[in-house]
Amino acid sequence: MMATRNWWTFLLLGGVIVLVALLAELVGDRLLVRITTNLCISMVLVIGLQIFMGNSGILSFAHVGFMGVGAYTSAVLTIPLQMKGMALPNLYPILADVQVSPYVGIALGGLAAAFVAALVVYPLMRLSDAAAVITSFALFVVLHTIMYHWSDVTNGPRTLFGIPSGTTLPLAAAVAIVAVLVALLFKESRVGRLLRASRDDEIAAASLGAHIPRLRWQAFVVSALLAGIGGALWGHFITSFSPKQLWLKETFVILAMLVIGGPRTVTGAVVGVLVVTASFESLRALEGAINRAQVLSEPLVGMTELTLAVAMIAVLALRPGGICPSREVGYYLFRGRARDP
Amino acid sequence: MNAAQFVLDVLSLGGAYALMALGLVIVYGILRLVNFAYGELIMVGGYTMFLVSGSGLPWLVMAGCGLTMAIVAGIATDYLAFRPVREKSVTAVLITSFAFSTLLQNAALLFISPRPRAVPLPELFSRTVEFAGVITPARNLITIAVAVIMLGLFSWLMRSTALGIAMRAAATNFRMARMMGIPANLIISAAFAISGLLAGTVAILWIGRIGTVVPGIGLEPLLIAFIATVIGGMRSLSGAVVGGFLLALIDTTLNYTLPQDLLKFRDAFTFSLVILILLWRPEGIVRGPASGQRT
Repeated sequence: MMATRNWWTFLLLGGVIVLVALLAELVGDRLLVRITTNLCISMVLVIGLQIFMGNSGILSFAHVGFMGVGAYTSAVLTIPLQMKGMALPNLYPILADVQVSPYVGIALGGLAAAFVAALVVYPLMRLSDAAAVITSFALFVVLHTIMYHWSDVTNGPRTLFGIPSGTTLPLAAAVAIVAVLVALLFKESRVGRLLRASRDDEIAAASLGAHIPRLRWQAFVVSALLAGIGGALWGHFITSFSPKQLWLKETFVILAMLVIGGPRTVTGAVVGVLVVTASFESLRALEGAINRAQVLSEPLVGMTELTLAVAMIAVLALRPGGICPSREVGYYLFRGRARDP
Repeated sequence: MNAAQFVLDVLSLGGAYALMALGLVIVYGILRLVNFAYGELIMVGGYTMFLVSGSGLPWLVMAGCGLTMAIVAGIATDYLAFRPVREKSVTAVLITSFAFSTLLQNAALLFISPRPRAVPLPELFSRTVEFAGVITPARNLITIAVAVIMLGLFSWLMRSTALGIAMRAAATNFRMARMMGIPANLIISAAFAISGLLAGTVAILWIGRIGTVVPGIGLEPLLIAFIATVIGGMRSLSGAVVGGFLLALIDTTLNYTLPQDLLKFRDAFTFSLVILILLWRPEGIVRGPASGQRT
């Protein structure tokens, strides 16, 4: 069970998400609602990555791959029957007659990603440091290649269309809040604590009996579950996508959010998403304004990513733990209360 | 298909792959850093050649500009992305190199163009010649020749010069090498510079096949270098060369034998091989020097 200060962390972070979502709904601007929905989806993905990376200390590149597994699973299961013939003409007969609601699809998308992760990654968890990173990158390339070329199920490199819209702001915000809870519960669980011990000193943790590969595997499966759910939410939000939208650029953005916020804390993940989304969207608006004004002969592209890359290097050089390096937000609150007479 | 054709294909592809792998492994060997920005050094070389293409200089001078800028970009990787976080975790270094790769790519998008740009090539690159009874593009023979020269030069450098010996010492045991008075910063910068030189060479040979440069051009060579170094051995320089040629052999064989609808999954097969090798024989084919940790 979690200590009081962790419940405070949950309440505060959940409160921030509710507040942001309410604010967007109240203003009612369509663009703002879309941006906020996207923010909540990113939060699910980044918190998913935090569960593995923050607790195990290992960088994983495969996260967006599992996001893709979730997105495609849910898409294939939810595309309306009359659309399916057009969108995926060569789909296997067993899948061709299936149609579930987006909510069921999102849940199944998460489960599918967790299932694939559970099957595939156990042997990878023996590796640490650079070898672990290269294997996760290789796994990402394998997943991407499959998504890119398995035309019968994913429509290959072409855009898969006809996915029913199902992700609303309240749904995305609710899932994000659940993700915060899952991440905090995992962090304070026996598995989470042992895993963090192994992150800080692998040899010492192993000598105390921590079965490191299994601990990492458990974290990875939970992380993939959230990645799959996040991916499915994203699929039902934008309703048509291609494997090109699930590649290195997306990996970079998600990683940047986590690194800038602070990978070791759930608070860091939430703060990172908020900060990066805010700056990203304002830069994008600026980029759009410059392009509309046609000051330059060619449209401006890449400014947002460029800035994000510089910010990421600066954070790692100057404040390597990110904005929230080691303590959850509830700690400060709790500490303040304890000191009160 | 005949045997001579096959051998020529493997050798020319393998030469390019070996140079790519060597550029990645020279940095990894000393620093345990998988330099994700390595592909962007190739991109920098290509764009430099595009930028000087209007100048009317002889082609060899333009190629020299490309090489120089790739070396400069390599050294810049060291100063901007690596040195500030060197004392911190391996993960931090990997993330900064990934960020630096994104930075360079988006700089190319922002300041040049997302569209392909033509790179000047001498007329020789597009000519075909008959060699050993096979008609083949001249660039394949050039690739083989350049690879032989570069590999020869490289092995001389690593075996017979003070710098090369110091670098090999640093790759074996970095801390011990520092205690013996080898200047760490110089060695690291030299490794990045050599990496840049190899990337520049690859840029000329690789772009010679396509003729244009785009911001994302570095990804494929990076992936190839990844696979080749893992197959050959992440810790060994000769392993990288062996890995490069072996990967070329595997790729060419698959190209000749695999049916079309399986061929598109080739990357999935080769990267699964990478995972399997790292799991069961992490030292690769050629075992490197005994372990020694980064500072």
